[in-house]
Amino acid sequence: MTDLLSVQGLTKAYPGVVANDDVSFSIAPGEIHALLGENGAGKSTLVKMIYGLVKPDSGKMELFGKPFAPPEPRSARAAGVAMVFQHFSLFEALTVAENVGLGMENPPPLGQLSREIREVSHAYGLPLDPRRLVGELSAGERQRVEIVRCLLQDPKLLIMDEPTSVLTPQEVEILFATLNTLKAEGTSILYISHKLEEIRALCDGATILRRGKVVASCDPRENSAAELAELMVGEALQVPDRAPGETGKVVLAVAGLTSEHVDTFGTKLQNIGFEVRAGEVLGIGGVAGNGQDELLSALSGETIGSPETVRFRGKPVGHLPPNARRRLGMLSAPEERLGHAAAPDMSLVENAILSGWQRKKLTQGGGFLRWGAARSFAEEIIAAFDVRTPGPHVAARALSGGNLQKFVIGREMLQRPDLLIVNQPTWGVDASAAAAIRQALLDLASAGAAVVVISQDLDELMEVSDRFAALNAGHLSAPKAARGLSMEQIGLMLGGAHDMDVANTDEAHHIIETYEEGHP
Amino acid sequence: MIRLEKRPTPSRAWTYATPLLAVALTMLAGGLMFAALGKNPFLAIKTIFYDPILGEFAFYYRGQLLVKAGPLILIAVGLAMGFKAGIWNIGAEGQYIVGAIFGAAVGLAFYPAEHWYIFPLMVIAGAIGGLLWAMIPALLKVKFNTNEILVSLLLVYVAEQFLAAMALGALRNPDATGFPGSRNLQQYEAASNPEIWAGTGIHMGVVAALIAVIFAYILLSRHLMGFHIQLAGQSPKAARFGGVNPTALVVFCMGLSGALAGLAGMFEVTGPAGQIAISFNSGYGFTAIIVAFLGRLHPIGILLAGLLMALTYIGGEAAQATLQIPAAAIQAFQGMLLFFLLGVDVLSNYRIRLVREGVA
Repeated sequence: MTDLLSVQGLTKAYPGVVANDDVSFSIAPGEIHALLGENGAGKSTLVKMIYGLVKPDSGKMELFGKPFAPPEPRSARAAGVAMVFQHFSLFEALTVAENVGLGMENPPPLGQLSREIREVSHAYGLPLDPRRLVGELSAGERQRVEIVRCLLQDPKLLIMDEPTSVLTPQEVEILFATLNTLKAEGTSILYISHKLEEIRALCDGATILRRGKVVASCDPRENSAAELAELMVGEALQVPDRAPGETGKVVLAVAGLTSEHVDTFGTKLQNIGFEVRAGEVLGIGGVAGNGQDELLSALSGETIGSPETVRFRGKPVGHLPPNARRRLGMLSAPEERLGHAAAPDMSLVENAILSGWQRKKLTQGGGFLRWGAARSFAEEIIAAFDVRTPGPHVAARALSGGNLQKFVIGREMLQRPDLLIVNQPTWGVDASAAAAIRQALLDLASAGAAVVVISQDLDELMEVSDRFAALNAGHLSAPKAARGLSMEQIGLMLGGAHDMDVANTDEAHHIIETYEEGHP
Repeated sequence: MIRLEKRPTPSRAWTYATPLLAVALTMLAGGLMFAALGKNPFLAIKTIFYDPILGEFAFYYRGQLLVKAGPLILIAVGLAMGFKAGIWNIGAEGQYIVGAIFGAAVGLAFYPAEHWYIFPLMVIAGAIGGLLWAMIPALLKVKFNTNEILVSLLLVYVAEQFLAAMALGALRNPDATGFPGSRNLQQYEAASNPEIWAGTGIHMGVVAALIAVIFAYILLSRHLMGFHIQLAGQSPKAARFGGVNPTALVVFCMGLSGALAGLAGMFEVTGPAGQIAISFNSGYGFTAIIVAFLGRLHPIGILLAGLLMALTYIGGEAAQATLQIPAAAIQAFQGMLLFFLLGVDVLSNYRIRLVREGVA
């Protein structure tokens, strides 16, 4: 049987990084094929090339045995390729039917379109009322709008980018039923995810990407989640044989930390508890969006709660704002460098003042700034962390991401913290600089500070952590000694299975029924 | 195709050049408008920009220039602090009125006593009046997250009613046989704010404006509070990380701008205006918003912008009187100035590139 889509030797390089390196794989008609990989492994670039959003540097694609090189998404759609993005592109103030129509090349009249939407959405078990405003719909219902928009174009290949990240377990079940219906009709699905259990439950084949290269192709049903995880992060995942240093007293103790309110799309922290001792590095793993930002913000003091939830050297600090915590020696570096850890339009000198004015004594009596001292501090950071910049007067936004990251991390480290919390410390930083940052984190711990590293990079966490815990949908697993932790244990801690626990098909049917009764 | 490219670092040269370019464009477009009205555009522009400074009657206009520029600068400096922090006090006009009422009320309460401390007390009362009026939108914002733009703006109209009530009621001159308006404070020495040097237009309010410019300059460039104000305006998330307390910032910025607007009102009622009257306020509080932006929210820039704006007022009145240009055309001319300023502002942050079609 000819493959529906075959991809041979696709390569795409961006300045400084090869996003896809000689990637080949194929999808059979009626196959649900998983594209598996960590963040930054090159999954998105690959599907963007298939969908015509990005042009490959080299390599070729074939659809139904014919050469396929879509110059733009419109031609990909005309050829029968449809895509549901992770982030929806819908207008909240318009109705479902209007939104669907806007996304089509030649939409039929609204009345006919509404009828088609009703028919298609019911046929695939995704009931939608075409007259409702999108703004009133839940995330799962909004996704249905996107899916129905694709289905109306009668696709041969449906690409879904992390479709379950915004869904409840029940909605996931409904989605899976739909995807299986499509599969039975001969539509192929390219399913992007890093949730291993989902892929094992749904997919017929899997291509695993790591750092832009295909590292394995397998049948996910024949492999355990742990095996898939190992393929995903690489067999060369080495737990450094680092002797646990002398650990001292408990520096940070978190107990019963639960978010009181979160932003839209934020993750609620659920009863988080852990301890970090002096001289110790605690690594917190997990896929982005599982509460990492909320945890950092609760520890930095940007979000405050009841005093007892966070204790620093035994002193309740959960109610203290950021600067009060800094005075005590609790420092942090958030993930988002531009616009959170640093003000984009301000110079590096000003950004050095941002979090360093108290501990580096950059002000004098009455709150007047010591610009000379601030400039020296910025220069000290630039020198110590090899920040490539024409000088400290440059605006933060003019620096490359990696360089700014070095500046931000350096700014906190040079303030001699007793506790440092970092989120994604080496994200987007080149390999040698990343190694330097990790070494600096280790040195800080050896010097007696407590360090919390929140990261998605398992290699990094295994390299620096004394103990390891995983953050999953706002829950933190119990920390375990990182030394000797097997890949399987890490895989289990990272979970991925938790989403599926409560889901069952009966419940899904129940939801569909009540939905239909409520909106005849 | 014209394309805008964001500059990695804002262009310093354009930051200084754009106000001049805006003034030039205003002259051009304004000239066209005057020509369309059947007036000689060159004469009209000369009457507005040249005559008040160097013309035949400049000795009179020059004093008027500072009388007008003083309150504009004093109010704009306060507003600029809030605007830099992303806090939009649009109701300076109301704070100006309430400051004037408070100041005048304290002075009138002592009438006809002559003590050295009466005027200082009035100054303090004026600042407190403006501050209290600004605290209404500030506290509503921090407690209930109301929009300070709307609340402060609507309070202007409340303040105008309050002003009319005072002019007709509590503060009405008991010796004026029924005419509305308070006693004339210019004729009550202990409570008056005369010209310091006759003919220059310099009164205490002008001096206060200069002092405010200097203080604002120091605050913004040398003080942690000024740093936090700018940080909050440029990057609210980074400000939160940096430990800036948003509540304190709202209260500080609204309070400061309200107090300065109140002072401006108080100096005006004791000086050039002389009395609390129904038509006491003349839009300084709104024009100061334009002055703040024209001066790029920078204290020195505001000083220059205040003088320029005063010039268009004085010159505009002269043009109305001598050339019979309608008042609406003068207002449109002033509007053009802000329009062009904001329009060319894009040049300091963006670079204009001509791109050939098809190069994506």
